[in-house]
Amino acid sequence: MEVGRVKRVAGPVVQAVGLKASMYDLVLVGEEGLMSEVIGISGDKHIIQVYEDTSGIKPGEPVKETGGPLVAQLGPGILTQIYDGVQRPLPLLAERSGDFISRGLFVDGVDHKKKWEFQPLVKKGDTVKPGQPIGVVQEQLLIKHKIMVPPKHKGGVVKEIYSGNFTVEETVCVLEDGSQLTMLQKWPVRQARPVVRKLPPTIPLRTGQRVIDGFFPLAKGGTAAIPGGFGTGKTVMQQTLSKWSDVDIVIYVGCGERGNEMADLLHEFPELVDPRTNRPLLERSIVYANTSNMPVAAREASIYTGMTTAEYYRDMGYDVLMTADSTSRWAEAMRELASRLEEMPGEEGYPAYLAARLADFYERAGRAEILAGGEGSVAVVGAVSPPGGDFTEPVTQNTLRIVKVFWALDSRLTQRRHFPSINWLDSYSLYEKDLESWYAENVAPDWNQLKRRAMAILQENAELEEIVMLVGSDALPEDQQLTLEVARMIINFWLAQSAFHPVDTFCPYKKQYDLLKAILTYRDYAFEALHRGVAVDQIKSVPSKDALAKLKMVEDYEPELKKVMDQMKAEFEALK
Amino acid sequence: MTKEYKTITEISGPLVFVEKTEPVGYGELVEIRTASGEVKRGQVLDTSDEIVVVQVFEGTGGLSKDSSVRFTGDVIKMPLSPSIIGRVLSGSGRPRDGGPPIVPEVEREIIGAAINPASREKPRAFIQTGISTIDGTNTLVRGQKLPIFSGAGLPHNDVALQIARQAKVLGEAEQFAVVFCAMGITNEEAQHFMADFERTGALERAVIFLNLADDPAVERLLTPKLGLTTAEYLAFDLDMHVLVIYTDMTNYCESLRQMGAAREEVPGRRGYPGYMYTDLATNYERAGIIKGKKGSITQFPILTMPGDDITHPIPDLSGYITEGQLIVSRELHRKGIYPPIDIRPSLSRLMNSGIGAGHTREDHRAVSDQLYAYYAEGCDLRGLAAIVGKEALSERDKLILEFADQFERRFVNQGRDEDRSIIETLTIGWELLSMLPETMLTRIDDKYIKKYHPKYAGTAKKE
Repeated sequence: MEVGRVKRVAGPVVQAVGLKASMYDLVLVGEEGLMSEVIGISGDKHIIQVYEDTSGIKPGEPVKETGGPLVAQLGPGILTQIYDGVQRPLPLLAERSGDFISRGLFVDGVDHKKKWEFQPLVKKGDTVKPGQPIGVVQEQLLIKHKIMVPPKHKGGVVKEIYSGNFTVEETVCVLEDGSQLTMLQKWPVRQARPVVRKLPPTIPLRTGQRVIDGFFPLAKGGTAAIPGGFGTGKTVMQQTLSKWSDVDIVIYVGCGERGNEMADLLHEFPELVDPRTNRPLLERSIVYANTSNMPVAAREASIYTGMTTAEYYRDMGYDVLMTADSTSRWAEAMRELASRLEEMPGEEGYPAYLAARLADFYERAGRAEILAGGEGSVAVVGAVSPPGGDFTEPVTQNTLRIVKVFWALDSRLTQRRHFPSINWLDSYSLYEKDLESWYAENVAPDWNQLKRRAMAILQENAELEEIVMLVGSDALPEDQQLTLEVARMIINFWLAQSAFHPVDTFCPYKKQYDLLKAILTYRDYAFEALHRGVAVDQIKSVPSKDALAKLKMVEDYEPELKKVMDQMKAEFEALK
Repeated sequence: MTKEYKTITEISGPLVFVEKTEPVGYGELVEIRTASGEVKRGQVLDTSDEIVVVQVFEGTGGLSKDSSVRFTGDVIKMPLSPSIIGRVLSGSGRPRDGGPPIVPEVEREIIGAAINPASREKPRAFIQTGISTIDGTNTLVRGQKLPIFSGAGLPHNDVALQIARQAKVLGEAEQFAVVFCAMGITNEEAQHFMADFERTGALERAVIFLNLADDPAVERLLTPKLGLTTAEYLAFDLDMHVLVIYTDMTNYCESLRQMGAAREEVPGRRGYPGYMYTDLATNYERAGIIKGKKGSITQFPILTMPGDDITHPIPDLSGYITEGQLIVSRELHRKGIYPPIDIRPSLSRLMNSGIGAGHTREDHRAVSDQLYAYYAEGCDLRGLAAIVGKEALSERDKLILEFADQFERRFVNQGRDEDRSIIETLTIGWELLSMLPETMLTRIDDKYIKKYHPKYAGTAKKE
């Protein structure tokens, strides 16, 4: 390996001479060996971005090559870990350097000493191909970690296969050609892991959030963006999704976010229980925490490191959800580095390759036929933090060109404490059509139709509200006044959902359906009564209507609902 | 043993270019001696074999090509010892109160390393500020960073001072200290702060850094870093609970832009440098609590929004880093309401972990949400009432309109020295909600209504 020398230092960007490294190779800068990456080569100079603080680095200090790009270490022991942007486990960093992160520490992404019980899935004489599982490790109580032939390995005939306890570096399988397989894979983070082919998104990813599952669903392997100004509830949304989605693995990338928020997350995750399995949520999670004051280059890398681990679990046949909070900070990290490199800026100072990078990243998501046969998926939810809440800025716009679901967070809703503050008129999901048949089969045959009716009422409501703003609601004809009332019920009783209420935080499909159906039943009764000549005020004040409001907070709501609906029927029959 | 160089080739604004040096480290502290013997300090911004760029903190006035430059081989450090409490220092950390220099027990790099997220403790100790709009609807917890977004001519300083005076954690009597950093504020404003600190005795447990409007602008870039380094020492070495107030972040960002322009960098939005987010984060993120340590750092940055525009890069980027914001409203101020905090755009992100049973009271979240919902609706209705007249509104709407007015008068409005307990705040909240029929309280669980609604007072058992 060549050793070069530092020529110039300006913030996180260093120029070095005397290297032979290729683009995106990992190099170690200075006496302390700071982790860095080659991001440009010009003449005899290498341009290097350093993942750590560069204070004190002098011209003339050595730059060592490592001979390869930044890789993620993949093997048993990744789950439950908390990493920084370059896959260094944060608890280990704390052990080594105390409460503040110091420089030049090298820590493996997976524990190389710990022994795992390896159970072979193939036997001597079998032919294995790339991506095929050769064995399995019980990584967590409910999650089996499949040990696969690395995707770039050509595979072959098994000569020896062992079972028992091994570290990730020990050989568990020898092939006829002499190649030895271990439980550890290394994969360059900026490169997508291969699949056989991508599959269409026809299975919904259940989130337990009424506004999402009902109106703007995400599919397994789908992509979604949550743009919203600060304080509109992006982070709470992402955390709620991580908690309640029906996926096998959740990867949370905190990219340039707040330290206290990460602390909250790390504190809460171990206490949360997966509603499906009754096991701690942490057992299926991996967290990447690169807070806003940690080095900017590592922030840029964190998105790729997270995606690589997501793909790795997909390759085992799992459904994975990766949430990135926030992709704007990632884009800003790119901008910051580009400006240090004195690159020609594009729109708003972002580099011209912003759109290409975003597209590359989101394209790594998807439901796919994996190399091992079968399916796996990676869904990506990216938060976008548009400056000043302005959705016309480049990161939001370029993201919207790629993602299929758009959950527009609205600060006006936040101000009324309406959560999730997803605007039901601006948001969209392009998966709706693909998922309809699944819903009709698995939730209720009339579920799709019900949702369309509710949406139509909300649309009408928006138009009526404009008129109300001019003339007041009393000036409207009676039927329109009723529509306003029903819309208010849909908004307050159904769309509004508290992430902090123990019951309301997660709403199963059945309950979503029942509650919406109840509201629309009220509507039918109400219009029927109106036609009979009952006064609007009487219709609006039937007591059972308000009883509906609180059902979402009741766990065993069905008996109650039945009571309320019977009461409602009786009340309407009594109206004259 | 460090050499002195007389190889300055260019002086441009706050930057000095030095040639033909031995290898110099990035970020190193530099001392430049002028012909008259004055020593100015600076920091290396860019270093290479050929040329070193130095940013001078104390202004480049008096420097010439003959000035000698000494590279200290060390990064900038803040001298610290317990005797720093009660001192008044300049924006670059030199004594300003006529006292002796600080004899350091330790010296700390002022560019603080990031706290390992895994070592952070989740902040959840409720801080009672005695201000209803904060305690009731935007609750502050220990370790939080909650900025005050304000505009020129609004009483944000009074609000900050009232918080500094009244803030306490219920049921605890622990050591606490105030670090106050002034960046580019006027002499008058500084005096106002100082007088209040003296009046209330806060000065004895405060460390004050003053960079006034006529002090060098580049020095401002140093001030919060010195202040926060001091705060970390007080919190994590001396186990104190530290409240850091810094004002005005807008001046700090102006300096950042000025430096960026001097360095001929590619500017970002409105001319501010592209790394402003990261730079602000390195200040704001130095708040919090560390597992196993007794102390904490809570931050109150104050910034004035240019033209009251919350989408301006400074409040915008700050809002993305801090844990919420308190917005001082001109409209409320004009109505004569103090503190004129508009709760609608205000937010405390850590509120949830500090409220509820065991912290404040079980009904806190529900009451707060319900107040928010109808106050926001009431404010919207005002616009409508202005067009169609109050008479054209429905009964429900009239009620909500009245609620919003009363909310401002009774909940938001309070005296400058009025220190309301959280129970008092919640009681006012319930009184206001009782103006509305019970069926309208859709966000509150029935059990809380039965327990706390004034209508049932006396019938339910007291806690």
